[in-house]
Amino acid sequence: MALSQAEVLAGLAEIVNDETGIAADAVQLDKSFQDDLDIDSISMMTIVVNAEDKFGVKIPDEEVKNLVTVGDAVNFIVSAQG
Amino acid sequence: MSQPTLAQYQTTKYSRIYSLGAARGDLIVTNDDVAGPIDSSDEWIRQRTGIITRRRASENLSLMDMAVEASNEAIRKAGIAPQEIGAVIFATITHPFQTPSASALLADKIGANPAPAYDISAACAGYCYGIAQADALVRSGVAKYVLVVGGEKLSDFINPTDRSISFLLGDGAGAAIVGPSDTPGISPTVWGSDGSHWDAVSMTGSLLEFRDGKTEWPTLQQEGQTVFRWAVWEMAKTAAKALEVAGVKAEELSALVTHQANIRIIDELAKQLKLPESVVIARDIINTGNTSAASIPLAMHELLESGAVKSGGLALEIGFGAGLAFAAQVVVLP
Repeated sequence: MALSQAEVLAGLAEIVNDETGIAADAVQLDKSFQDDLDIDSISMMTIVVNAEDKFGVKIPDEEVKNLVTVGDAVNFIVSAQG
Repeated sequence: MSQPTLAQYQTTKYSRIYSLGAARGDLIVTNDDVAGPIDSSDEWIRQRTGIITRRRASENLSLMDMAVEASNEAIRKAGIAPQEIGAVIFATITHPFQTPSASALLADKIGANPAPAYDISAACAGYCYGIAQADALVRSGVAKYVLVVGGEKLSDFINPTDRSISFLLGDGAGAAIVGPSDTPGISPTVWGSDGSHWDAVSMTGSLLEFRDGKTEWPTLQQEGQTVFRWAVWEMAKTAAKALEVAGVKAEELSALVTHQANIRIIDELAKQLKLPESVVIARDIINTGNTSAASIPLAMHELLESGAVKSGGLALEIGFGAGLAFAAQVVVLP
């Protein structure tokens, strides 16, 4: 069953916390990965690969640059779940 | 008249690496030295790459000079005469001539003339490609001893303002002598290429575009995120496959010697392989930088010289880079 936006956000926050140590509750939809959370491109790719595993979706390399905010990533994952 | 019996090469069962040699650029280049043009800092570069210094060659130290130095050390430590070398393989992307090859000149300079000599263009996988070829040449009986060199003077092909790869790069050469063995010393190689990502690590332009004034002097560039994903998660599969075909378990390794691309690729790759703490992970990139084809022999040489690993142990070596080309094998440390 497809996960809701809130469930994907919670799961993604957990991944971000594992990779960067950033508190899960700081990972909000309107936060920019780079500017607000200070996540660099390599950490971002680790988060992307772990998100693919966790949510069973494919996030192509060319899509990663469009995932500017946490909300972008959550919305992409929700829709990619089909 | 009866058909004459054709002579063919007589095979030998096993091969191994006899020795290694190493030469690094003569300049120690700090992060502060490279940070300005990319609007960065020592701290930023350390955090994102693990590099504290990279070794680069001054104007008077050529790729060939470093290759000769590394080769002479390997030949001396192997205890063979240079005339016994049956083939010279030079993996490099920075030999500044389209032709003739770097290897033919190297063979002559080290006293191996008239050994067959050829270059390999497989970028950061080049040294492991060379070891695969040397293993095949020795076991097939084509050559008794093969000199494999991975060498680069990458500083000739960098742009100080490029934030994708230039600041990582260093210069050096590593050499190995491969020869016959009574026991297995080089596992089957898991190797290949993926040209669908041909431009993931590339030059900013071709030599023809440069000739025609359509581009500046071509320098190296990479799509960092694409390369990172491939280098960690795809190469973890390649490394696991190499262990499988070698019949070796992770806990039986003494060392993991990956291409020294970026400390975070090295560490994440090691994490994916779930290596026990007993396996020493080569991190020569910290002081040498990323030297492409030279990085694996340089890193392995450093582990042996420092005493971090002992001769006779097993090392998984894996090269990966532009092409995208990759190669992995398990070797007995010389």
